[in-house]
Amino acid sequence: MNLAPYGSTVTAPAAEPSPIIAISGLQKWYDRFHALKDIDLDVQRGERIVICGPSGSGKSTLIRCINSLELYQGGRIVVDGFDLGDGEKSIDAVRGEVGMVFQQFNLFPHLTVKENCMLAPMRVRGIARNRAAELAMTYLERVRIAEQAEKYPAELSGGQQQRVAIARALCMNPKVMLFDEPTSALDPEMVKEVLDTMVGLAEDGMTMLCVTHEMGFARSVADRVIFMDRGEIIESDRPGPFFANPKNPRTQAFLGQLLHH
Amino acid sequence: MIRQFGLSEILSILAGVQSTVMLSLVAFAGGGIVGLAIALMRTSERSWLQRIAGSYIDFFQGTPLLMQLFLVFYGLPVFGYKVGPWTAVSIGLTLHASAFLGEIWRGSIQAVPKGQTEAAKALGLSYFNRMRDVVLPQAMRISIAPTVSFLVQLIKGTSLAAIVGFVELSRSAQMIASTTYKPLLAYGFAAIVYFIICFPLSRFSMNLEKRFQVKT
Repeated sequence: MNLAPYGSTVTAPAAEPSPIIAISGLQKWYDRFHALKDIDLDVQRGERIVICGPSGSGKSTLIRCINSLELYQGGRIVVDGFDLGDGEKSIDAVRGEVGMVFQQFNLFPHLTVKENCMLAPMRVRGIARNRAAELAMTYLERVRIAEQAEKYPAELSGGQQQRVAIARALCMNPKVMLFDEPTSALDPEMVKEVLDTMVGLAEDGMTMLCVTHEMGFARSVADRVIFMDRGEIIESDRPGPFFANPKNPRTQAFLGQLLHH
Repeated sequence: MIRQFGLSEILSILAGVQSTVMLSLVAFAGGGIVGLAIALMRTSERSWLQRIAGSYIDFFQGTPLLMQLFLVFYGLPVFGYKVGPWTAVSIGLTLHASAFLGEIWRGSIQAVPKGQTEAAKALGLSYFNRMRDVVLPQAMRISIAPTVSFLVQLIKGTSLAAIVGFVELSRSAQMIASTTYKPLLAYGFAAIVYFIICFPLSRFSMNLEKRFQVKT
């Protein structure tokens, strides 16, 4: 779908690469509440997906299932060949390859910005301290916050903290990045710096799943926009048609509300 | 013969301080190690571990320290372990301290925001690293004040060890009181010594608490 430059002139069909994330028949309940209803979703390598929908629609729950922060009761999630249903070992493997950025940043307040970035590479990858420090500085520079490396998270603004959180995840060299409403807790003037960082990531070819209400970001960056409501995927399309003529009335209603305030 | 309350009496009471301090340290160290295990069990994701730790805490919080010391002192011989007063009160106070410290630290661990654990999990950190590098350092700061105030309780609680024949500060004061017939003087002196040990600790915890508040 995003191979447009090659168009239809390709003679032999290129072998379809296996999706990096394959979700099929996913079911999730919170007690009686059916949070995810039979979700099927494949994410290709390098694909950028934006998931939107009203609160309580299950969009955060869905991406939290991918790195096993939420357990699920039915269906299957396979990330880069590791089936989450195979137990601890494969959950650890998946978490090592999937980075996550949270709404509330969740930086470790007792560690400096640099130490926040060094912890997982040292403990999970077994990288030596000085090498981990270099790695941390590389990614802190990439999110343009290297000069704050020795500060504690509480000394930074929300936007800066969120960029550190992105750098921290990148230090693990993830194959996929999950964003759970990364700009929802930010003051409006800080949203842009975080979105710019995310756009930069997308341009570098990172596979991304973003739960966000930033429709401008969806329009310019996403390969695919997914609309969820009441635990179901209602609509999934390229941003052009998704915003221009959404097919489902629920999508239309949601987009209508977003645009009219 | 009634003895005078003089320097040698003061020194005999002070000799008991050593035992009080030693016993407090042993109980605090032992209680700390077992208590950490109890706190981790109580906050574990496995419900059977939670239940075991919960019952343990309930038992020690629901019975007087004196009964716990008696149970160890008279109970262990029943199982064939002949123990002296030192061992008995060390074990008794360790168990007691572990339950209370376990409960204090459970609360501190749970007071660390859930997002911290989630972020650590998302980074792929193991349970051990999540606890050691992320949760416990934060929980420790929260727990300093209640932990030190429990230590003060524990130091004062060692006075109960006198009842099973262990000679520490209270017991030596009691002996001097009965040989000099000056109970007010003997116990008053012992009380001052307890205060001299405990008061700086309380102050220390208040200072630490303030310092950590500034830092985070």
